[in-house]
Amino acid sequence: MESVINMALLVFLAGTAFAILRRTTLFSVVMLSGVFSLVSAALLVHLDAVDVAFTEAAVGAGVSTVLMLSTLALTARHEAPGTRSRAIPLIVVFLTGLALVYGTLDMPRFGDPSAPVHQHVAPRYISATAHEIGMPNIVTAVLASYRGFDTLGEVTVIFTAGIAVLLLLAGTIREPTTATKITAMEHHLVLRVVTKVLIGPILLFALYVQFHGDYGPGGGFQAGVIFAAAFIIYALVFGLETAGNALPGRAVRILLALGVLIYSGTGVVSFFFNKNFLDYSVLGATAQAGQHIGIILVEFGVGMTVAAVMVSTFYAFAGQNPPIGDEEW
Amino acid sequence: MEFKDAFGLFNYWIVIVLMMTGLYIVVSRGNLVKKIVGLNIFQTSVFLLYISMGKVTGGTAPILTGKPEVFSNPLPHVLILTAIVVGIATTALGLALVVRIKNAYNSIEEDEIQKLDLAAENEVDEPGARP
Repeated sequence: MESVINMALLVFLAGTAFAILRRTTLFSVVMLSGVFSLVSAALLVHLDAVDVAFTEAAVGAGVSTVLMLSTLALTARHEAPGTRSRAIPLIVVFLTGLALVYGTLDMPRFGDPSAPVHQHVAPRYISATAHEIGMPNIVTAVLASYRGFDTLGEVTVIFTAGIAVLLLLAGTIREPTTATKITAMEHHLVLRVVTKVLIGPILLFALYVQFHGDYGPGGGFQAGVIFAAAFIIYALVFGLETAGNALPGRAVRILLALGVLIYSGTGVVSFFFNKNFLDYSVLGATAQAGQHIGIILVEFGVGMTVAAVMVSTFYAFAGQNPPIGDEEW
Repeated sequence: MEFKDAFGLFNYWIVIVLMMTGLYIVVSRGNLVKKIVGLNIFQTSVFLLYISMGKVTGGTAPILTGKPEVFSNPLPHVLILTAIVVGIATTALGLALVVRIKNAYNSIEEDEIQKLDLAAENEVDEPGARP
């Protein structure tokens, strides 16, 4: 039964990818890519990667769809019919695919517990997390503590990408004035009421995901995206200016840098106790308590930076949008 | 090769199909937004490759419950979790570039952009043209 679900989801993914390839209306391409993300999130749950599925669902089906739609509003709705030859790419792709399939023949079979990937450091993480870190979610323990240095690098990449987006779009953002006020969806009563009801629970859920990440699936990355999603939906329905009053762009840009600062600052504290960078064991009375404090701080920094990057990116894109007439949707 | 063998490689083969579909979209389509969607498909296929390798038959999500259980490998999960968020940040960067290209060329089709570039170069090369 398990493998039937697995195969069905995989076939569905491939079908969606082909549909994306065939469509020329960019709106349906973007919508299909949201479907693609959601199906792959379902597949990831099936493959036991609950934390990853969580992230994929929030990012792929939520934020990335909104960003792509904002881009479409600024650029084009349709793909121009191609003039170039498609035979050469097809041959190249086919041959590469064949070579890769040939390569998989030597790979360990799916689900094989004796595969090399399960013999290296993973068994140590699984067996030592309980007494070294003392938290149930092994993924969070590896993410924030064992491989904290990696994660700091990733957060810095996200930070840099966020800065780059702001630099690229900053010059062309329209200053919000009453004359150019985006009227948003003033007459969509149901949408406005439902959004108002939903935003509170979404924010609460983000906080739960943030601080419950040690015990269940979740953590700073997922929480940051969900937190940003709440502000994005608010801005979409009530207009950019209203959202800007609740969370000014300036404040978001400060949070953007503050998150990375909290993360690396937590690492620097251990220097003062003659320990290595990002060794949290000195932060509490016992090594385990120290790990807990360190991981909560670091995850908080991650959540802050991720949420700020998503919100400021959305502000930058939405700030350029010409008002979209209702008849266009 | 036995049937059971092929069954154990099915995940990897679909990953390759997805990866090649993504690559084909990037190479063969001229529309920049569609190229970015193609890159995203390529990227998701890599995620699925890693997570498929981390799966252990009969295993469960790597969250300790106090009971002795078989866990799937948590390491690929960590690597891919961060990669997804990095992916959306870089996608946003790509989309921002597309918006700027649209502003500068008034097109997001690669062919038209190249034509405009060529035309601009020829104009400069012509004798008597302004430097």
